[in-house]
Amino acid sequence: MVEKKIVVANKTGLHARPAALLVQTASKFSSDVLIVKGDTEVNAKSIMGIMALGAGQGTELTIKISGADEDQALAAILELFDNNFGE
Amino acid sequence: MLQGIGASKGIAMAPVLLLKEEKITISEINIESAEKEIERFKNAIEMSKVQLEKIMKLAEKKMGKEKAEIFGAHLLVLADPELVNTVENGIKSEGKNAEFILDRTIKTFVQIFESMDNEYMRERAADINDVGGRLLKNLLGLEMVNISQLDKEVIIVAHDLAPSDTAQMDKEKVLGFITDIGGRTSHTAIMARSLEIPAIVGLGDITSNVSNGDFVIINGETGEVLINPSENQISQYKEKQREYLEYRAKLMELKDKATETLDGKHVELGANIGTPKDLGGVLNNGAEGIGLYRTEFLYMDRSSLPTEDEQYEAYKAVLEGMEGKPVVIRTLDIGGDKEIPYLNLPKEMNPFLGYRALRICLDKTEIFKTQLRALLRASIFGNLKIMYPMVSGIQEVRQANTILEEVKAELDAKGVQYSKEFEVGIMIEIPTAALTSDILAKEVDFFSIGTNDLIQYSTAVDRMNQNIAHLYTPYHPGVLRMIKMVIENGHKEGIWVGMCGEAAGELPLIPLLLGMGLDEFSMSATSILPARELISKLTTERAKEITEKALSLVTSEEIEQYLNTVIK
Repeated sequence: MVEKKIVVANKTGLHARPAALLVQTASKFSSDVLIVKGDTEVNAKSIMGIMALGAGQGTELTIKISGADEDQALAAILELFDNNFGE
Repeated sequence: MLQGIGASKGIAMAPVLLLKEEKITISEINIESAEKEIERFKNAIEMSKVQLEKIMKLAEKKMGKEKAEIFGAHLLVLADPELVNTVENGIKSEGKNAEFILDRTIKTFVQIFESMDNEYMRERAADINDVGGRLLKNLLGLEMVNISQLDKEVIIVAHDLAPSDTAQMDKEKVLGFITDIGGRTSHTAIMARSLEIPAIVGLGDITSNVSNGDFVIINGETGEVLINPSENQISQYKEKQREYLEYRAKLMELKDKATETLDGKHVELGANIGTPKDLGGVLNNGAEGIGLYRTEFLYMDRSSLPTEDEQYEAYKAVLEGMEGKPVVIRTLDIGGDKEIPYLNLPKEMNPFLGYRALRICLDKTEIFKTQLRALLRASIFGNLKIMYPMVSGIQEVRQANTILEEVKAELDAKGVQYSKEFEVGIMIEIPTAALTSDILAKEVDFFSIGTNDLIQYSTAVDRMNQNIAHLYTPYHPGVLRMIKMVIENGHKEGIWVGMCGEAAGELPLIPLLLGMGLDEFSMSATSILPARELISKLTTERAKEITEKALSLVTSEEIEQYLNTVIK
C-alpha cells in the first residue's frame, strides 16, 4: 500500500474537468485507489464519489493506493495534481 | 386551426417531432434469475454508452470540444463503479428487477447532489438524472428522441426550446419550431430567425394537441398552425409558400444596396448575432454591420470560463468576417437566470434586478479584463466597437473605462498590438440610463438602445410571464418617449444612436424610429431586407410626420394600430 498527502492547488478544485481527469487516470490502473478527505473515503474511479467529496482549492487529501501497479498509479495521479490538472 | 404568436416568418409543412418528457412507470417485480437481470442491466449500460459516444462525437463536430464535454461527463457516470456495484448488489440481495433497483439508486445519488451547498454540485444532479433516464429507457426498451440525427424533415414541437436543444439539432432536417410558451423575443424565436426557419410560440398547449406522426402546416408570420390539414389546405399553403419564397427572392435584389430613404438619407442596418457561425446569414442578408454580438454564448453550456485565446479567436473570426464593416461586441451580459454553474452565482429572488452583466464584471474584474484583453487583441482585425450592457448610471461607465485603461496599459507594457481607433459605447436598457442619457452621452462614443430589457424594466413586465405578457409592448408611449429622449441627447453630443432590441426589426416601428433620427437599426438577419425595402419607400419628411402623429396618441393599442396602417 502506498499513501501520500496532497493539497488541492488548482482554482476550481476537484470539480468538472479535474474530477474527470482524476477518474480517467485512476481507472487505468488495476490497483484500488482511494481518496480520503477527513473522515470520508471515496473510490477514485467513481466520478460521483469524487464530486460528492466536494474538494475545493486548499483541501487537504490523502491518496491511498494498493495493488500490483500502485507505484505507477501514484506517480500518474501525483503528476495530475502537480500540474494543477492543466489549469 | 390553432393560433399562436408568429415569431419567425415563413411557411413550413412536415410531420411533427414531439419533444416531450415521457413519464416512465417503474414497477417492482420479483425476479428469478439475478444473473439475467444483471445481464440486462449491463446491456442497457452498453447501449447507453454507444448512444452517448455517438452524441458526443456529433456535438464535438457541431459545437466544439468544450461544449461536448458534458457528454464525456455522462459517460463517466455510466462507468462509475459506485453506480454499477450498487445496482448489481441490490439486484442480487433483493431479487428485484433492474429497473426498480436502478431507479432507486439514481434517485439516491440525485438526492445527495441536490442537497449540496454548492450550486455547481446541484446542477450535476441534473446530469445524473439525465444519464439515469437514458439507462432506464434503454432497459425498458423505450425509444429515445435524438434530435441530433434525424432521418426525415420535421417540425419540432416542444414546451420551450433551450439553447442546448437547438445547439444539438440536426438543422438541415428541422423545417420549423412551434412551442407552448414564449414570445417574439424568447430564445426559440431568436434561434428560428437566425436559422431562417418559421416558428410559432405561445400556443399554450400544442404539446398536448399533437403526437408524433401528425402532419402540420405552420405560418410563421400569422402564427397559424393546421394539424392534419386537408388536401385543399395543403395546396393553398403550398401556394402561399411559393409566394413567400418569390417575395424573398425579390428582396435579395436589395442585398448589396446601401440603406437609404427616398430622399437619400443613409441609415445603417445591422444584424444581431450570438456566435461566429451566424456570420453566413448576416452577409447573405445584406447587413451593413453587426449591431450586437452577444458574447455570453461563449460562456454558456460549458464547465469552465472561456480562455482569453478562445475568446480572441471568436472575436477575430467575426471582425475578419465582416471585412471592415462595424462590429459592436457587447461585454459579458449574464445573470442568475442563465445557467453558468461554474461561476457559482448566488441564487436570487429577482435575477433580472440582480448581480448580472456589468455588475459582475466590475466586481470580478479578472473575468472582465480577460474579455477586454481578448477584444483589444482582436481589434486589429476589423472595425471593433465595444459595448457595456446594463449601465444604470455614469459611475459604472467610468469604472469600466478605468479597467479598460488598465488593460491597455498592460498590453502596452507587453508590446501587444491593438487598434487605437475602436469606439466604446453602452446599451441603454435601464430607465435611469435613458433619463440621464444627456450625462452619459458626454463620456461614450455611442448608445445602443436595448428595447427588450428597457421595456421590461420600465413597464415592470416579465416578458416570459404568460399571464401578463400582453402588457409587454414596444408601442407604449412611455417607452417611445424615452427612445426619443435618448436619440436627442445622443445627437446633442454628436454621438450616434442605434437600437439592438428586437423592436429595431419590427416593420411598423421603423418609420417612427426613422422619424426620431435613429442612426442604426440592428436586428435578426432575416429582418434586414424587408426593413431596407420599407426605408427606401419613405422620405425623412414623411417619417417625421408619422413620428409626430404617433407620439400624439395616448394608448399602446392606438399607436400600434396607427403604425400598422401606415406601413400598408
